[in-house]
Amino acid sequence: MDPMESIKATFFQECEELLADLEAGLLAIQAGAGDEDTINAVFRAVHSVKGGAGAFGMDALVHFAHVFETLLDGVRAGRIAAAPDLLEILLRAADILADHVNAARDGGAVDEARSAEMIRDLEHATDPEHDHRAAPDLAAPDLAAAGAPGVDQPDEFGFTVTRFNPESLEPLVVTEALWKIWFRPKSALYRKGNESALLLRELARLGPTKVRLDQTELPDLASLDPESAFLAWEIELEADTDEAVIREVFEFVEGDCDIEIRRCSTSESPDATSESVITAIVEPPPSRATVNTESPASVKVETPKGEAVATPAHATIRVDPERIDRLIDLVGELVINQAMLAQRVIESGLPQSSNVATGLEDLESLTRQIQDSVMAIRAQPVKSVFQRMPRLVREVAAQTGKSVRLVTEGEATEVDKTVVERLGDPITHMIRNAIDHGLESPERRAAAGKPREGVVRLAALHRGGRIVIEVQDDGAGIDRKRVQAIAVEKGLIVADAQLTDEEVDNLIFLPGFSTANAISDISGRGVGMDVVRRSVQALGGRISITSRPGQGSTFTLSLPLTLAVLDGMVVDVAGHTLVVPLTAIVESLRPKPADVKRLGPQGAVLSVRDTYVPVVDVAAILGFRDYSKSPCDGVVILVESEDGGRAALTADSIYGQRQVVIKSLEANYRQVDGIAAATILGDGRVALIVDVDAVIAMRRRDTIRDYQQPLAAAG
Amino acid sequence: MTDIATLASSDRRELISFCIGEQEFCVDIMAVREIRGWTPATPLPQTPGYIRGVINLRGAVLPVMDLAARMGLPPVQPSARSVIIVVKVAERLIGLLVDAVSDILSITDENIQPPPDVACDRVRSFVRGLFTIDGRMISQIALDRILPEIEQVAA
Repeated sequence: MDPMESIKATFFQECEELLADLEAGLLAIQAGAGDEDTINAVFRAVHSVKGGAGAFGMDALVHFAHVFETLLDGVRAGRIAAAPDLLEILLRAADILADHVNAARDGGAVDEARSAEMIRDLEHATDPEHDHRAAPDLAAPDLAAAGAPGVDQPDEFGFTVTRFNPESLEPLVVTEALWKIWFRPKSALYRKGNESALLLRELARLGPTKVRLDQTELPDLASLDPESAFLAWEIELEADTDEAVIREVFEFVEGDCDIEIRRCSTSESPDATSESVITAIVEPPPSRATVNTESPASVKVETPKGEAVATPAHATIRVDPERIDRLIDLVGELVINQAMLAQRVIESGLPQSSNVATGLEDLESLTRQIQDSVMAIRAQPVKSVFQRMPRLVREVAAQTGKSVRLVTEGEATEVDKTVVERLGDPITHMIRNAIDHGLESPERRAAAGKPREGVVRLAALHRGGRIVIEVQDDGAGIDRKRVQAIAVEKGLIVADAQLTDEEVDNLIFLPGFSTANAISDISGRGVGMDVVRRSVQALGGRISITSRPGQGSTFTLSLPLTLAVLDGMVVDVAGHTLVVPLTAIVESLRPKPADVKRLGPQGAVLSVRDTYVPVVDVAAILGFRDYSKSPCDGVVILVESEDGGRAALTADSIYGQRQVVIKSLEANYRQVDGIAAATILGDGRVALIVDVDAVIAMRRRDTIRDYQQPLAAAG
Repeated sequence: MTDIATLASSDRRELISFCIGEQEFCVDIMAVREIRGWTPATPLPQTPGYIRGVINLRGAVLPVMDLAARMGLPPVQPSARSVIIVVKVAERLIGLLVDAVSDILSITDENIQPPPDVACDRVRSFVRGLFTIDGRMISQIALDRILPEIEQVAA
């Protein structure tokens, strides 16, 4: 990759994190949990986006970020109160900033009108009385501080503000555009290899300059710290140019120096007396925003405490995910090799107490630890997905005219990266669905005696080795009569079907089902709940719904924690070694002949504690042999399928239970019906992992082909 | 040195030839990743007969295709001498089960002639061309056409 491109890629990666921090911070402030640190963090996020974007010349992004940052600076300095309506604006501005970042990354366009309107809103919020367009020279004269209290107070870098020397202005030649620039480098500027002299020379290219060195801060040689910066400059620049052009000179040292730029034109100081200039400087308009960050007030906000937040305690590294995947593959091989070695040692007849055997045991525990650690590298909190949702809720709420509050829980719940990545779409859809179909309009809510604001709760939790995501709304619940009527109308069920409430609720997962009469812009994007369900199932997950009329509905999504390893039961089926995922297994048993009843030509049911469970002859369904073997000759594994139904899978014998590394069949071949994936066993051979639901569905296709059972299509 | 390399890459191609029964075939050496001995494969359900199953290729699951069965010849009876040629086709690895690898050949495009009409359709679609070396007729396999899913999509 082109080095510039890769730097850009890193910038956009950082942007994503910064935008997430920004939104999280704003939400925290909105929730009343925002302290000084949060406001600082929010400001820094926007500032960093702006800084990076400036380096890449993304002008639109820089401009927007700049206006945004100006307002935030006001909030940070305490000049602007963080009122609820202001936070609404800030949150929307954060959304548009994200749009700008995306547009800059993907080369798309931003909604200019919306962005421009937001810029106006932001500017208005920054300074309601002042028209910013008219006064582009926003730099609040920090030397104002010269006469003001607190001047001699050192800032966070141990500098004291330079006293303004009126003599330095004499003789003052007033031209059409005279700029005064105060430039005070911090030690960081030099540490990064910048050189003040070069910047001054650069300034001199814009026009005639008068440079005065301020060395009042220079200590005695004995106490001089050679790594620190003590010098400051005052530059008078005669140039008919924009402030932006001057600022550009300092573009690369922004943040590493204090810089003030001020225009002194004839109109401002007609007699060019230092007196009037001083007056103007000493009494800046109180509500006037500063372009840059270092107004005296902001210096106060940037307490050392704030700085501590800027440098988080734990460092992180960015790693190409492919490297981690490779590592996981290698560890998988290590596990397999270790198992093979152990098997060989046992075969060689060495006693259990031999050094080799004990050494192997240590190796085994080490391997397992390595495997767990490697898996932990890929584990990520679901926060990254949850953070995208507040924006979605705001947008959908605005589109539907509903008032919605999103409550999130369990953001820190960790799950494998691959799972996190694929959670986004189903959650997005479920939340859209909850707001669009679940929640009522504010009027109807008020009529029903509920608060006008609807609540959508998004929660993540670990349960039984899986991650469970719940999307709950406090809306009207599923209108079962209507759902059933629509299902009948669409020919999904027969008219007189007697369905339980649960079955009716599950009708919405049927392909081709959509309760909205007119396909709405929000939910009806050609993606029905059936697609959500299918994508969830493809991940080895389940989705279910519970609904209570008048109180709302809950969608529950359950997914495996990782797509890389699986606990399975290794079984023998007609001489083939298969792995059955442990999550699906209820129990395994050895049936008595009396418990098995024939049903139909090939079917059979098994009586398990007085309930009949269909027998699924795995060997026959996968084509390993015909339907000849009685389930009583082997063992039966009772499994629970996606829809909660049970089935009895037959196997010849059970080898045991172990954790296996999931290997894709699709990578080099293609998907095989009835098989979820493959794995490699201790003897180095490939074993297939059974897709329990697919096998049950295949049995239904095999045996129940001739009589109409529309609900079967759902399974 | 440069000239030879250029010449080799533009005109001459290297092929690996192998035997299936009495017939001799070859594949482009650039597609071959490795050649390994036969190990029993794990059969896959719901799969055409010419897919022998899958084997463990250093941690990856590799499908093994019986090339003879794929072309309608009698299936290979795997023995200790049988080999699996691992080739990369369209970003996927697949193992080709053959009786034995015989030679590495270097030919130019002029030597290759299209398969004649007499051959049955199936063989013709899998054979890119024929050429003769030392009186032996060798058919070059069109690797991109033997993949099972391509047939599936067409079906």
